[in-house]
Amino acid sequence: MIEFSLWDIVRNLLLAARWTVALALMAFVGGGVLGLLLLMARVAGLRGVQTILKGYVQLFQGTPLLVQLFLAFFGLGLLGVDVSQWLAAGVALTLYASAFLSEIWRGCVEAIPKGQWEAADSLALSFMQKLRHVVGPQALRIAVPSTVGFLVQMIKATALASVIGFIELTKAGTMIANATFQPFVVYGWVALMYFALCWPVTAWSRKLEKDLRRGR
Amino acid sequence: MGADNIITIGQLRKRFGATEVLKGIDLDVARGEVIAIIGKSGSGKSTLLRCINGLERFDEGALQVGGQALRHGDQRALRALRQHVGMIFQSFNLFPHLSVGANVMLAPRLVKQRGKDDAQAHARRLLERVGLADKFDAWPDQLSGGQQQRVAIARALAMEPSVMLCDEITSALDPELVGEVLRVVESLAQDGMTLLMVTHEMSFARKVSDRVVFMHAGCIHEMGPPEQIFGDPRTPELRQFLSALH
Amino acid sequence: MVALDFTAVLQQWPLLLRGAALTLALTAVSTLLGVGLGVACAWARHAGPLGLRSAVALYVEFIRNTPFIVQLFFIFFGLPSLGVKLTPEIASVLAMVLNLGAYAAEIARGGLEATPRGQVEAARSLALSERQVFFRVVLPPALARVWPALVSQIVIVMLGSAVCGQIAAQELSYTANLIQSRNFRSFESFIVVAGIYLALSVLVRDVLRRLGVRWLFGGAGHRGR
Repeated sequence: MIEFSLWDIVRNLLLAARWTVALALMAFVGGGVLGLLLLMARVAGLRGVQTILKGYVQLFQGTPLLVQLFLAFFGLGLLGVDVSQWLAAGVALTLYASAFLSEIWRGCVEAIPKGQWEAADSLALSFMQKLRHVVGPQALRIAVPSTVGFLVQMIKATALASVIGFIELTKAGTMIANATFQPFVVYGWVALMYFALCWPVTAWSRKLEKDLRRGR
Repeated sequence: MGADNIITIGQLRKRFGATEVLKGIDLDVARGEVIAIIGKSGSGKSTLLRCINGLERFDEGALQVGGQALRHGDQRALRALRQHVGMIFQSFNLFPHLSVGANVMLAPRLVKQRGKDDAQAHARRLLERVGLADKFDAWPDQLSGGQQQRVAIARALAMEPSVMLCDEITSALDPELVGEVLRVVESLAQDGMTLLMVTHEMSFARKVSDRVVFMHAGCIHEMGPPEQIFGDPRTPELRQFLSALH
Repeated sequence: MVALDFTAVLQQWPLLLRGAALTLALTAVSTLLGVGLGVACAWARHAGPLGLRSAVALYVEFIRNTPFIVQLFFIFFGLPSLGVKLTPEIASVLAMVLNLGAYAAEIARGGLEATPRGQVEAARSLALSERQVFFRVVLPPALARVWPALVSQIVIVMLGSAVCGQIAAQELSYTANLIQSRNFRSFESFIVVAGIYLALSVLVRDVLRRLGVRWLFGGAGHRGR
């Protein structure tokens, strides 16, 4: 039997962790852009659009991410697209992020007192001007801590991509555990690495929230 | 017909759910007139005011400002209207993330497309007019309530409206700060601005307004010059309202 | 355009029903134990000795900063190295309890910290023991305060249980994989299962909300419905 040193294991896990970070950032940014568009459409207030978007959010918040990943994987295949793990995982996680982020940000926009909207209306500002100059800046400030907090959720979410064969930290862990017959050590290190990725972001998000509560 | 009436209101009605809040309001406001609207809470005073700049939708009746009829669905028409009608709120509603100067400059730059230097000079003039020339770079949360409200007045004036709506603008202020705001409003009246004020400041209303409107249960119950309304109230409701204040 | 065939999947409704039942069962057991664990941890952080407080803090941070699937794999694949062999269902429940416990601990802690001081002082003045003060006076309103957040977290754990299919616990997502391996209707299987999860999350949310109103709000704090 081949002897695997601890360093062999850790090194391979670290290499795989790159893809965890890459996938998480990609979905976070992509989901953020999409989520912002969805939010603006929702705030614009056309009644049909609001119902659709509410349904969109409920869909992604009411079904397991694992199932969403499978649906992306098998669904894209049905459309005749050549499905790679990157594409399926990327699409599923981006849509997932867009739903959650648009909901988080909607809460931040609704936290802004109605008087701000009315004052902006009374000054004859257009919808886009209201968003850009009055509501947007205030919502942004409130939104930063929870948005950073969601990045942690994203990093953890990438672990599920392993189930559709995407090679990131968890998948590498599974493969290495099977090869070395040392699941305790391997999964232990996998957990430690996720912790090392997530904990600093969590701590940062907490600091941001404390700063926000203290005001400016 | 009313040749020089800047606001004409005909049979205005509004419901909130099952309750009718405005029961057929008729009111004509001439250019340069100062009107004080008084009445108990729930009489519909604020609602009427907010209908005039489209913050509230009315259900029936006609409303014309500056010869243009108010059309609710049309966002562009509504914004055009709001360039001529300014509003001051009870809770000031200054933009907390902008400095005082930026608050005043925002709308002229965005809506009237004024250049930065032009808008800044204009803003400084207006802040001087309300007595806050040195607060151009201050932040709203550094100012007292009275100062914030005066900034709000300057902000509304920056759009050069023909009509100013004042919705209980001193009700949220500590008593010692009320005077500085009322002095500014009085100067606006003296300069010929058309003013509609919902107010509880009776002595101020008596002093400054051309006409006082007493609202009761969604209708205009009595209307007339201040000496008549305050000195010779004709209906029991108005008499009861005035006596409850003393 | 490919033709979708849902009947092939819906015909397997007995299997789907069993899968959904196990998902609900796992969730129910984990909820009871997990919320209990969470409350115990919150109490420990609130009023326990320093060593215990640090241990709990460590546990909570670790769970919240690692993915559930890794926690599950560690328990199911890793623990046997220490001689602890678990069935898929037991491992799933254990993982879900530990996971929910950590989140519930944070949520409950928030609720406890919002207790008005006067409540505790009044209770003590009435000669209630510390234990009675906690269980009778402090805890019910605290839980009522954070009930919506707790319910959301329970739903999240229920949806997260889909991963347990990977260690062959025969819950709903495992069933979907089983069905599609038989009739090759992969997309349809997962659409149907997604729909069932959606229905379950609405159901669970509604039921828990009502239970909360009955048990907690009735006694502890009337908020207008």
